[in-house]
Amino acid sequence: MNPDNYLYLSAILFTLGALGVLIRRNAIVVFMCVELMLNATNLAFVTFSRMHGALDGQVIAFFTMVVAAAEVVVGLAIIITVFRTRRSASVDDANLLKY
Amino acid sequence: MPPSTYAPAVASGAFTLTAWIVVLPLAGAAILLLGGKRTNRWGHLLGCAAAIGSFVLGAIVFFSLLGKPGDARSYDQHVYTWIPVPGFSADAGFHLDQLSITFVLLITGVGSLIHIYSVGYMAEDENRRRFFAYLNLFLAAMLVLVLADNYLLLYAGWEGVGLASYLLIGFWQHKPSAAVAAKKAFIVNRVGDVGLSLAVMLMYTTFGGFAFTDVFTKVSAADRDTVTGIGLMLLLAACGKSAQFPLQSWLGDAMEGPTPVSALIHAATMVTAGVYLIVRSSAIFNASPNARLMVTIVGAVTLMIGAVIGCAKDDIKKALAGSTMSQIGYMILAAGLGPIGYVAAIMHLLTHGFFKAGLFLGAGSVMHGMNDDVNMRHYGALRKFMPVTYVTFGLGYLAIIGVPPFSGFWSKDKIIEAAFGQGGTSGWVLGITALLGAMITAFYMTRVMLMTFFGEKRWVEDDHGHEPHPHEAPGSMGLPMIVLAFGSVFAGFLFWLGNSFQNWLEPVTGHSEGNVHVNSQVVGSAALILVLIGAGFAWQQYGAKQVPSVAPVGSLATRAARRDLYGDAFNENAIMRPGQYLTRLLVYFDLKGVDGVVNGVAAGLGGTSGRFRRAQNGFVRSYALSMFGGAAVLVAALLLVRG
Repeated sequence: MNPDNYLYLSAILFTLGALGVLIRRNAIVVFMCVELMLNATNLAFVTFSRMHGALDGQVIAFFTMVVAAAEVVVGLAIIITVFRTRRSASVDDANLLKY
Repeated sequence: MPPSTYAPAVASGAFTLTAWIVVLPLAGAAILLLGGKRTNRWGHLLGCAAAIGSFVLGAIVFFSLLGKPGDARSYDQHVYTWIPVPGFSADAGFHLDQLSITFVLLITGVGSLIHIYSVGYMAEDENRRRFFAYLNLFLAAMLVLVLADNYLLLYAGWEGVGLASYLLIGFWQHKPSAAVAAKKAFIVNRVGDVGLSLAVMLMYTTFGGFAFTDVFTKVSAADRDTVTGIGLMLLLAACGKSAQFPLQSWLGDAMEGPTPVSALIHAATMVTAGVYLIVRSSAIFNASPNARLMVTIVGAVTLMIGAVIGCAKDDIKKALAGSTMSQIGYMILAAGLGPIGYVAAIMHLLTHGFFKAGLFLGAGSVMHGMNDDVNMRHYGALRKFMPVTYVTFGLGYLAIIGVPPFSGFWSKDKIIEAAFGQGGTSGWVLGITALLGAMITAFYMTRVMLMTFFGEKRWVEDDHGHEPHPHEAPGSMGLPMIVLAFGSVFAGFLFWLGNSFQNWLEPVTGHSEGNVHVNSQVVGSAALILVLIGAGFAWQQYGAKQVPSVAPVGSLATRAARRDLYGDAFNENAIMRPGQYLTRLLVYFDLKGVDGVVNGVAAGLGGTSGRFRRAQNGFVRSYALSMFGGAAVLVAALLLVRG
């Protein structure tokens, strides 16, 4: 199978994730979209690793997963705390920190 | 003495006392100023002791000089090197000769008398100690001025007397008029001081130094125009210090100071510093007839201005101030005539020092008795109540108008003769001006005399409702008046007798008889007739008629003279107002231009960032959008570059 297709898939997934981050209001959904973007890049890393026959891309993919796992922990904790205080998971409601 | 032979010997023996003449009053001033209130009780005694001690030292030096032959009376005493810099050196040193010792004796002699007078005059003043400190400071500065052996040290003394004059005019600084008068005197003097500093600088560049030895010996080899420039700058300096046209306006206001100050500083000594400067710089003026011509013009103009102002003033001190201006005009005129007039100028300076100081002290005594009222229209008939003041003032009066054999006759006559002796048109113009001046002098002085001591009583109550009780002043005030009256009577005759004064001063200033032979009897009689006419006219105006106690409106000329011939108005409109407009323009430019740019930049930055701040709207998704946008731009840029 042509490895370019994986790259196309990765690009489509990344775009979907980016659109979700920009368009959706629910913090959980935004969060999942971020995860989607991370996984799209992971897919691209692995594909490039395969194409060039080097392991660098796969190593970086593992790093990304570790960082993503840590980020999920912190991010979810923040979302839950915000939900507890304001009874809303909308990112537009959390807009007190501004000019 | 031809200037090229100026070669003073090194001072030794009694002549090393010269420095101590200056040190004594300087120490007195330092002790009284630094000692503060602790010295209040005996401050006036210390002040008098310093002045008298200085006079005694001056007399010792004078008699030692008399013991030397006429051409060996010139000594230099090096005190210390003032400014030692490679390639430039200024020394503090004193020069002793006939001219400087004459001034030393005048300054310390009249100064001592006025110190004694002030003990009584200022007895009621709680700041008497400070007054004596300033008087001593003045003496020290004035002695530095006349004893300096170079122009830089002379300049230091010149500034010192200006400072002392400022402090003493404004001594009663709680009176706004006194504070303003002090400021005015200081500022007008500053204009003249610029002239002196320019002259010193020009001397340095032209002669390579400002010591008298450098200047006097090299002047004959210097460029004529430069020498004329130096002469004119010296004249400007003399105009400021001696209240000569066009810098004459401060002297009238300076009468706000205590009367002893008016007598010592603004009549007898400091205002004559300009005459000293010109006579001392005779080498420069001898080499420049143009500068001399300017000097005579200034002298003649001031002579008339001062006399006219003196005629119209009702304030006794201001009338005397106009007279001082006029008499110094005589001296400047004589000094400008060159070797014909130097001796006459200094001789008139000395006799004027006696009789004008005496007249001012008399005026102070009258004010003392009349509740410090200075308006002569409120005096009258005082001769019965103040006999000592009347007699001493009267002798001074006879001296100033030039009645023989009193002092003023001999000295003023010599000036008039010298003016005619110059010959040519300028000689005639100057001579006739001097003669007319003598007539006006007789008029205004007779007016002062009649309004003060004769006629009916026109006394008024003062602000507190006290009737004046004219009485003779205490002894400490009477004694100096009597001594000065002796000077007014005899000094001129003694100077004239056997040409003694001319022989004494001739080695320093040189002397020439003039280009035209003048019959001194004709000139003397003409002057005397004019004096009688002037005095008679004053009698007809103020003796035969009742003097109104409120000044009448007066003719156009009287009103102009009352306002100092519009000197102040001219200064205000020609110099002060344009200056004020200029400063206002500069302030406007500073506020709107310079500050405008600075504030504009700040406000522009503030406003712009205030608008950009709105981008921080708190919505996470808009931040994300800008991040994506930025990333997209970066990627696009990278792709474009790597193309």
